[in-house]
Amino acid sequence: MSLEGAARRAVEAAVSAGASDADAWAEESTSRRIRVYSGEVESLSDAGGRGIGIRAFAGARSGYAYGTDLTDEGVADLARAAREAAELADEDEHEGLPEELGTADVHGLASPGFADWTTERKVELALAVERAARAREGVTQVENAVYSDSDGSVALANSRGFAASYSVTNAWAYASAFAGEGADLMTGLGVGMGRDPSELDPDAIGAEAADRALALVGARQPSSRRCPVVLDAFVAASFVGFIGSMLSADAVQRGRSLFADKEGEEVADPALRLADDGTDPDGPSTAPFDGEGAPTRRNALIEDGRLLGFLYDSRTARRAGRSTTGNASRGSYRSPPAVGTTNLVVEGGDRDLDGLLAQAGDGLCVTEVAGLHSGVNPVSGTFSVGAVGRLVENGELAGPVREMTIAGDLVSMLNAVRSVGSDPRWVPFGGSVKAVPILVGEMAISGS
Amino acid sequence: MTLVDPELAGRVLQCALARGGDMAELYAESRRGFGLSLDDGRVERPQSGRERGACVRVVHGDSTYYGYVDGLAEENLLRVAGSVSEAVRGDARQPAALQAAQSGTRHAISTPPEEVEAARKADLLRACDERARAAGAEVAQARIGYAESHRQVEIFGSDGRAAADDRTRIRLSAQVVARRDGRVETGTDTRGGHAGWELLEDNPEHVAGEAARRALTALDAVDAPTGRLPVVVGNGFGGVLLHEAVGHGLEADAIQKDASVYAGRLGEQVADPFVTAYDDGSRANAWGSEGVDDEGTPTHRTTVIEDGRLTSYLYDLLRARKDGVESTGNGRRESFRHLPVPRMTNTFFAPGDATPEDLIGGVERGLYAVSFGGGQVEPATGDFVFGVSEGYLIENGKVTSPVRGATLVGNGLEALRAIDGIAGDLEIATGYCGKGGQTVPAGVGQPHVRLRQLTVGGTAG
Repeated sequence: MSLEGAARRAVEAAVSAGASDADAWAEESTSRRIRVYSGEVESLSDAGGRGIGIRAFAGARSGYAYGTDLTDEGVADLARAAREAAELADEDEHEGLPEELGTADVHGLASPGFADWTTERKVELALAVERAARAREGVTQVENAVYSDSDGSVALANSRGFAASYSVTNAWAYASAFAGEGADLMTGLGVGMGRDPSELDPDAIGAEAADRALALVGARQPSSRRCPVVLDAFVAASFVGFIGSMLSADAVQRGRSLFADKEGEEVADPALRLADDGTDPDGPSTAPFDGEGAPTRRNALIEDGRLLGFLYDSRTARRAGRSTTGNASRGSYRSPPAVGTTNLVVEGGDRDLDGLLAQAGDGLCVTEVAGLHSGVNPVSGTFSVGAVGRLVENGELAGPVREMTIAGDLVSMLNAVRSVGSDPRWVPFGGSVKAVPILVGEMAISGS
Repeated sequence: MTLVDPELAGRVLQCALARGGDMAELYAESRRGFGLSLDDGRVERPQSGRERGACVRVVHGDSTYYGYVDGLAEENLLRVAGSVSEAVRGDARQPAALQAAQSGTRHAISTPPEEVEAARKADLLRACDERARAAGAEVAQARIGYAESHRQVEIFGSDGRAAADDRTRIRLSAQVVARRDGRVETGTDTRGGHAGWELLEDNPEHVAGEAARRALTALDAVDAPTGRLPVVVGNGFGGVLLHEAVGHGLEADAIQKDASVYAGRLGEQVADPFVTAYDDGSRANAWGSEGVDDEGTPTHRTTVIEDGRLTSYLYDLLRARKDGVESTGNGRRESFRHLPVPRMTNTFFAPGDATPEDLIGGVERGLYAVSFGGGQVEPATGDFVFGVSEGYLIENGKVTSPVRGATLVGNGLEALRAIDGIAGDLEIATGYCGKGGQTVPAGVGQPHVRLRQLTVGGTAG
């Protein structure tokens, strides 16, 4: 039974169970995960799975059920459960399948070269990442070097006749290296991602982990101050991901976003240009259609300093009198669609990291933040998060610092952006973000 | 009900050891879940799920090979065992005869949640919404969540191990937004346990009332102070402090890779003698409790700090074997799609002699961190950060203005040494703990605890 066939059958079952409309999202994938330690395989998995989630509408109400049993009987049970669940919901006049259904012209999601890689070669790649990290002088430990990949297919069908599917491959590798010892020990992370293992550079990933750790050895608590701050690409991505979540029309409509009344208004320095792009061929979250069958697209969010709009699925779009932006997102078949970002893309500027440091003069370069989720108030935008990094003196990196927080509010921070760096790269922080370093004119640092 | 017949389990293990290995294990799981939420005054997102699957792992030397599969049909189990076995290069081994399945502490469930009519669950959410909105005209929005889960697991090991566990969890959560002029604040609260519907029978709306009170209080908050200050941490969810600052660093996987500041410190005095702390997966009906862990080891209470001395790390079978000790029953996994790793269950400081008033009364100027929004630690360095979700200034021994935006940063070892008082009001709260891509329910708890000094990162100045 094809995946698309399974999804179609599930929709029929839901309609038979009394649903006025229905859709079904089916997934099938295999994945590998290889963790190496000290030149040996620590763990290796090769696994497969498939599952389906059915959304059943009863007029203006909807219910959801998911499961792993794709037999006729199993799917019929799920369809009934979804239809019954719908009875529990309160009516929402904006509920329903999208009016606009279709697929964007997206290619290259599944790499043809993916299948050429044997497990042995992937183990070699993970070991090469670890070796590269250990090779740097001063590295005392590589706690983890991990290679992971997946190849899978997704199919969606609904009771309005939509049925489509696509296949996608992804490969990642990362390493966590330690430098220094005892109370001076610091850690660093290196990452790489692509459509297949050939796009991963093990030497670069290992070296990045090592260099990030080495740069922090001897870190001390800085004194409290207000100063210019350079957020490196990893840290900038975390903040951008947070901002993206607040641009969801769902957060806006429920009064949970500080951007609620700011559409069309100036919200940032013009240097910062942000888009959500579900069609970027290199984006890890790229797909031809979203979680409810609307075509994906590129949605500019912030241009010329202005907030151009929000991200919608069909329900929030109806409520706002707009069109869906193709942002109905599914974590997996285990959750019904909800508004979410696809790939957030920050447009690069013309200075590299060194250029931003020179422009900062005296300040701080942050290379890690912690506690973003507990430390940011999504409604007011005030934040205070733990940070690690290097001081910046006379435009150059100086002493490493830790045990501090950076604080402010997102509105002031966006307005205080002075420059955006060049050389964008995809990073797995803040969701899926194509990130660059960002220089913020002033932030509050608290230390001793 | 059994998931896998022991005779079949024996054949799966035999197949898994077809090319050798020191240990093979079959982990089978069936889980059912149901949840719904209320937001913006409307009951929405009702959903149910049912999953069945299994994981087979083979341990060979220091390497673990594993695979997992959806479904528990014989052909699925044998196929995944066969594919895992191919990673090993040795001679076939014979698994030991399986013992009779044992189960650990039973956590009494009076009313299984699945037996309660779903409409009552929707009504509970509406009652919570009402309670939140009745708390004050400034309450702008309430989001209430209800979730129940029922997991059955069976574990069979080639060492003859056989165990089963039946786990029911229930959780009610509330997030309330309060608004005054341009100012917006949120408050949260939860109630949950390894328990049935009975946990929500006594005044469940209190959860919503408490979240509303926190949001309304925050409207009057002043910016948090910054700098090094004495801090009194509240009971219950304040235990995130122990979980992050100490607990993660005691997990034996981090210890054995020398990726923890607590490595090599067993027997050392790491805190004042009045400090004792436990990890206890057998605590009756607590959120992080199980009968047996996900490797079949019965859960129990492990004393990790006794009278200020570090006494134990937290082990699963693999790491215990390496250190030549017994597993402490901390081998946990999110689901059959993951490998077990050492994880906390319910981790808490033992009650002390002081009262919260004593602790606060002794502070001239400091911070009273009642509850945290979350936290994070880097076990290798011990550096942690916590976001304070409800906090107040302490001035001249009295709790005064609420503060907003406070974050605590510090180092685990230093924070432990800085504890200078523990009260008697132990309480355990419901947390979710993420590690290595796996999220498991973890109980966090403590009585009121005071630290001489901690770095407070605020938004003031």
